[in-house]
Amino acid sequence: MRVALFIPCYVDQLYPDVGFACLELLEAYGIQVEVPAGQTCCGQLLTNRGALRAARPLARRFGAVFAGYDHVICPSGSCAAALWREVHGLGGDAPGAAARVVELCQFLVTVLGAPPSAAAFPHRVALHESCHALRELGLGRPSELGPGMAGPENPARQLLRGVPELSLVEPARRDECCGFGGSFSVVEPDVSVRMGNDRILDFEHAGAQVVTSTDMSCLMHLSGLMRRQRRPLTVMHISQVLVGRSPPQLPRTEPE
Amino acid sequence: MTLVQLSHPARARSFLADGERARFHDAALWQIRARRDQRAAELPEWEALRELAARIKAHTLAQLPEYLERFEENARRHGAHVHFARDAAEHNRIVFELLRARGVTRVVKSKSMLTEECGLNPFLEQQGLEVVDTDLGELIVQLRREPPSHIVLPAIHLRTADVAETFTRTLGAPPLEDAQSLTEFARSHLRAKFLAAQAGITGVNFAIAETGGIVVCTNEGNADLGMALPDLHIACMGLEKLLPRAADLGVFSRLLARSATGQAITAYTAHVHGPRPGGELHIVIVDNGRSALRGEARHRASLRCIRCGACMNTCPVFRRSGGHSYGTHVPGPIGSILAPLRDPDAHQSLPHACTLCGSCTAVCPVKINLHEQLLELRERHLEGPGLALSRRWGERALAQLLGWLLKSPGRTARLGAVFRWLGRRLPGLTRWGSLGRWTATRELPPLPEHSFHAQYARRRAERARAPSDPGARRQ
Repeated sequence: MRVALFIPCYVDQLYPDVGFACLELLEAYGIQVEVPAGQTCCGQLLTNRGALRAARPLARRFGAVFAGYDHVICPSGSCAAALWREVHGLGGDAPGAAARVVELCQFLVTVLGAPPSAAAFPHRVALHESCHALRELGLGRPSELGPGMAGPENPARQLLRGVPELSLVEPARRDECCGFGGSFSVVEPDVSVRMGNDRILDFEHAGAQVVTSTDMSCLMHLSGLMRRQRRPLTVMHISQVLVGRSPPQLPRTEPE
Repeated sequence: MTLVQLSHPARARSFLADGERARFHDAALWQIRARRDQRAAELPEWEALRELAARIKAHTLAQLPEYLERFEENARRHGAHVHFARDAAEHNRIVFELLRARGVTRVVKSKSMLTEECGLNPFLEQQGLEVVDTDLGELIVQLRREPPSHIVLPAIHLRTADVAETFTRTLGAPPLEDAQSLTEFARSHLRAKFLAAQAGITGVNFAIAETGGIVVCTNEGNADLGMALPDLHIACMGLEKLLPRAADLGVFSRLLARSATGQAITAYTAHVHGPRPGGELHIVIVDNGRSALRGEARHRASLRCIRCGACMNTCPVFRRSGGHSYGTHVPGPIGSILAPLRDPDAHQSLPHACTLCGSCTAVCPVKINLHEQLLELRERHLEGPGLALSRRWGERALAQLLGWLLKSPGRTARLGAVFRWLGRRLPGLTRWGSLGRWTATRELPPLPEHSFHAQYARRRAERARAPSDPGARRQ
């Protein structure tokens, strides 16, 4: 099994530790993962604005860099969804590498069978279900879908349940959008901020200390608001939780 | 990207300025969505119903001319008059001529998004007619001289105190405080209007080709009264309201009320086959751009819309920004598709008033791929025939530049390094331009000195130099 790790451009530039947490996590499960040189961006930065033509060279490059791998692991549901969409939308040599892209938690659960986590995480954690992981990749059960359409439980939530000492708390609105939305966050700053603040309050009322997600982009938006308003909670990518990184600036909870 | 201040964001900002009202609006609509979820979950066949409804609509739209002819023929057999209008102006003219020929000056009207689309009320008022909206929410916004902010809940943007103030100011109502007394006041006001009316105008929820009957759904019974009391009933419908058979109706009546308000069924469902004895029934079927939309391969699915409003209730943007922020007669996700297709330049901001969360697509009872169509509209505006070139060349050029930068790992790395270096050294720079829209309310993440790929390459090199040292330290 040849496995590649695709690091989304913003993770590469802004959250290098998320990349290393992914590597550690996969190595801990005995996966020999390669980080192919020459990878750049999935193109969502452009396709999200409708710039499909400008994104086409990125799709071609992605196909070339990740050709020959059985799985291309992506620690972002949103970028994975964008790549899936590009398989159809941007044409190219489908079904190429983009069709073999798999979100990190999805890989751990569907390919490795949800291995138990070794690292403890003694904090109250809430999962922010990113819309693209939930509804585009179909990872989990959107709260608005009728019976019969409910897929298996969100892989990220399954994994969090297996983490020693982690207490999972649930917000009142389980899968409400955080308001990031890529360019939406700067085109519609007022609505975006209002949505983010509502989401943070919901997590706070649930008693969360750490908000985690498959998507660092949602968390970047939420964290930006939390830090500006000095809220008593923080964000971590799910890979960082699963390898047991310490949350920044938070005391360990007393055992109940 | 060129992130100019666009109309939806500006209107959304003014709605959000009243934080408490915005909170109330979001909570009220969320409650309705939650009720919808509950009702949908009660039906094991919910998703099968949605699929069936989508297919019935797609089939009907594919064979629309035949079904229209069959409907017309069967409706005439019942004694109804059927009129066809190419556009809004022709629709208004037909309705006005019918009223004028019979000397009508007082009209009661139940909810119809089509007449809203055609601007019928202002047109008739200009001709000197009195038109009274009889749906409670519509009455409230009509008295305030505002457009409805939601297609099912026209006054959802208002609070009880706003309604009390409106009734006192416009109808001389005594000071009333609770919804019950306000409703009773409106009821007695409307009762006099109903009794005095010489004509009733209604919308149409479904028109059945097989039977020639029309179906009108309300929760207040106001359409029933409006078509039962006056002699003249004018029913206005878009040509997409057709269903082939009476048997198809059950699929839609089960979906409509559950999707719209989380009720098992609408309170009043009127089935009209011809005029009442001694009366007249005129059905006005309007195109107004629908045939053109039918020719749009990527967007024709939006013609399946049954105007239930579920996409608005679930939309996290609509719940925060309010219906008026869209500046269209149909707001929300479906309106953000219909309006820009009609006039891209006037509604340029609407396809971007969306986080692409996809919840609208998941609730739509006729399975319109709403969020995908919104994304496609962004593409159409940027690269397709939609928008005036002057409104998109800047963003197109920037997209090409970004594409050129990002397709090279070297250029991507240098761009990132420069950004991070500047952000650390001169944080004041991040308060400008598009980034300023982020940093005005949000911190940027702490900018690392080295990217992941740079650190990874260095560690690989270190490991290669010292293969005996397994613990190449990580940060």
